[in-house]
Amino acid sequence: MTAVVAVSAVAALVLTACGSSSKKSASPSSSVTPGGSASSASSATPASSGGGTTGFNAGVDKVFNPSTQKGGTVTMANAGDWDSLDPADMYYAYEWDLVRLYGRSLLAFKSAPGAEGAKLVPDLATALGVATDNAKTWTYHIRPGVKFEDGTVITSKDVKYAVERSLDKDVFPDGPTYFNDNLDLQGYTSPYKDTDPAKLGLKAIETPDDSTIVFHLKTSFSDFDYFAMLPATVPVPAAKDTGSKYKEHVVSSGPYMFATNDLGKEFTLVRNPNYDASTDPDTGRTSLPDKYVVDLNVNAADIDNRLLSGDLDVDVTGNGLGAAAQGKVLADAKLKANSDSALIPRTWFSVINPDVAPLDNIACRKAVEYAVDKVGYQRAYGGATGGDIATGLLPPVIPGFQKMDQYEAAAMPNGDVAKAKDQLKACGQPNGFSTNISYRVERPKEKAVAEEMQQSLAQVGIKLTIKPYPQGDYFKLYAGKPDFAKANGLGIMVYGWGADWPDGYGFLDQIVDSRTIRAAGNTNLGIKIPAVDAMLDKALQTTDIAAREKIWGQIDAAVMANASVLPGIWAKGLLYRPPNLTNMFVNDGFGMYDYTTLGTTKK
Amino acid sequence: MLAYIARRLFVAVLLLLVITAVAFSIFFLVPRLAGASADDLASRYVGKSAGAAQIHETAVHLGLTDPIYVQYGRFIKGVFVGSTYDTGPSVERCPAPCLGYSFINQTPVWPDLVSRIPVTLSLAAGGALLWLVGGVAVGVLSALKRGTVFDRTAMGIALAGVSLPIFFTGLLALSVFSYSLGWTAPGGSYTGLFSNPIRWAYDLLLPWVTLAFLYAAAYARLTRSGMLETMNEDYIRTARAKGLPERTVVIKHGLRASMTPILTIFGLDLGLLLGGAVLTETTYSLPGIGQYAVIGLTNNDLPKVLGVTILGAAFIIVANLVVDLLYAVVDPRVRTR
Repeated sequence: MTAVVAVSAVAALVLTACGSSSKKSASPSSSVTPGGSASSASSATPASSGGGTTGFNAGVDKVFNPSTQKGGTVTMANAGDWDSLDPADMYYAYEWDLVRLYGRSLLAFKSAPGAEGAKLVPDLATALGVATDNAKTWTYHIRPGVKFEDGTVITSKDVKYAVERSLDKDVFPDGPTYFNDNLDLQGYTSPYKDTDPAKLGLKAIETPDDSTIVFHLKTSFSDFDYFAMLPATVPVPAAKDTGSKYKEHVVSSGPYMFATNDLGKEFTLVRNPNYDASTDPDTGRTSLPDKYVVDLNVNAADIDNRLLSGDLDVDVTGNGLGAAAQGKVLADAKLKANSDSALIPRTWFSVINPDVAPLDNIACRKAVEYAVDKVGYQRAYGGATGGDIATGLLPPVIPGFQKMDQYEAAAMPNGDVAKAKDQLKACGQPNGFSTNISYRVERPKEKAVAEEMQQSLAQVGIKLTIKPYPQGDYFKLYAGKPDFAKANGLGIMVYGWGADWPDGYGFLDQIVDSRTIRAAGNTNLGIKIPAVDAMLDKALQTTDIAAREKIWGQIDAAVMANASVLPGIWAKGLLYRPPNLTNMFVNDGFGMYDYTTLGTTKK
Repeated sequence: MLAYIARRLFVAVLLLLVITAVAFSIFFLVPRLAGASADDLASRYVGKSAGAAQIHETAVHLGLTDPIYVQYGRFIKGVFVGSTYDTGPSVERCPAPCLGYSFINQTPVWPDLVSRIPVTLSLAAGGALLWLVGGVAVGVLSALKRGTVFDRTAMGIALAGVSLPIFFTGLLALSVFSYSLGWTAPGGSYTGLFSNPIRWAYDLLLPWVTLAFLYAAAYARLTRSGMLETMNEDYIRTARAKGLPERTVVIKHGLRASMTPILTIFGLDLGLLLGGAVLTETTYSLPGIGQYAVIGLTNNDLPKVLGVTILGAAFIIVANLVVDLLYAVVDPRVRTR
């Protein structure tokens, strides 16, 4: 027994040493779009305008090494493992990126560089959704002639069945709950408990014919097209569904299908003979390689080494290089030319808690906003490689982003002591005050933020006491529990947030809507602005895309004007692309390389 | 002898039962005693947007709401007669020894372990052969050439071997031999012995050497000190006086007498390794038992960890049994008693 305990202890040490991070977590501290783990001390200046198709950032906003050459094998590795390969049971950006190789959801992010990549285009559907009944009913038509890997034609019923099964969180606990939360379920729980002989008893989805599918929602939701992009809409043939075992052989509807699938170890994808590119005119998939090999549970440091040596093509999680490899790449001009520093839909920020006196006074909050050294915040995340100094909450890759600088984060990045002192006078605390700052103890970058803030705020007399809490319970028991935060005087709470997809709703809803605040387990740590709530509602009823996107920018401005969010940085990941890869670019929809377009010159 | 083996086996089974009870308590009882509810435990196994109702459903689904003795009874029953699990559309049978059912992957643990045993076995067997032969040979030579340059160099290298952790030497070796020189296979390579024996050996060469480097050191030092002591015994002098060739004196009389402690350590080390060469498998991304344990720990997937714990304990117990039996072969004093 001692020996076994020792083994476990050693294993735990290894985990710490390798810096593996737990993927599974009920707490939102691990958000969908990864990227937090990718930064180290360095000072790379990203090329702002890169001409040509080679060099640093050649895969950002443009295609690196464009090619139409087919063939070859692309090898990928994952330091961990998929939630599940089942489209109903996945919640990581890289999983949603790669699932498009073997599945076609109703809509998809366009495979294109730059802002185009954050746009939805029809995939299995013929067009974007048609909203009726004040955006409570959404209708899509299925493209004719799209087939499963066995040659069966895909119908709207296969999509309905797929969404139905994704509702069963007992069997598929990992996927998002957007359909559970928004469809008018009328008590429906799962096709596995469905008395309908065809297992299509859900009334919230109608399939009047084989090519039409109609979704009925509980309330208006103008962003529903993003739900139609979710992997849960990838069709599943009911006859082949084996529930939690379906991940062993997902029936492909995309350009590739599973050749082998050794769960937890490796899977390979080969061309699906029943995929017809002519049925796929909008997504931009190029399907260049003949084969994809994906290794699982590979040592993270070894992944970086293999990437740099050319033995491996892609780190599939899109987390970016680890600290050691980052240093190596940024110091070597040749290696750096093969890397991209991509903005991802994530902001590292802190909440200035309006529940804790004297921060209940907006002027006191503004004093903090002005006084903080934003360069210090950025330094805590590894300098420019970690991200850009944020001037607002909404990351720039999200459509609707509006540039602003309410507290001179860009104009005076080291902080404006004079203005901070003015605000302190206005809030009746001319000599400053004392409060606490919380962060997640397992995250050295957040610790560095707390220390940087402690220093810069001391200049204006604001004394911070640093309070670390374990990240597993950060939201359930500490910062995310309003009673606790208030009782313990957590005036500033450090954290960060990534969007499920690059969209205002996907990013903002869970962190600024005051009505989401519960007794515990919150990710909105205290932003309570009635005008913001009203704008969120208005956005969800606005079907005009441009008008809706404008609202996201307005919400951002309102949140910043309230001074309850101290934006830190807009996160970036340093991605490496070995020179043998072709047709590479960062897809803004996922904040990582697009896996449906890349090719290789290696045979 | 047979009665002895039977008695030892019986004790081994009892010991295993105790180990399962202790391990099970650590994972499932201690958190409850510390105040965690079934829902708290279940909240680790749901997606990030799960509400309280869904978490509770998961707790029920995973059987965490049952009293702890019911959960343990179910586990033990699974080990002996197998159990069933719900995949959604159907109920699947998990035949004995069903060592639980992963909370994360929703797959039975035993088949996963079985598919990973060959990797760990290959790694442990190759590594053990290398370190045993290498370590003992170096130890004997060092003892015979005590104080020479060879002795000092060998013991110096041995000290380095014991001191350097495998996640360092492993990554360094990969970087030099696989990525710079291209002599050995890259990390994550593994080919089954029966599908291609040459490829199997090629893929595992670097892990074997790294592992052996770590262990051989201890064996070399142990053998050396054992040999030094033995070679000063009176009977060695007698053997020499009888005119036996030096080779016979060293191997038959000297080495054999120093083997007992080596064998003891070897049994323990091998048993431990078979239970999962955690560091080596993680460093080289080998899909063995050790990697499985790490995956289980990272994801809080307790049934996986429990499965590896029990398998590891079983290996250690069996290895010890084998060592005890081998004593009789090596040391005539044990046989006569």
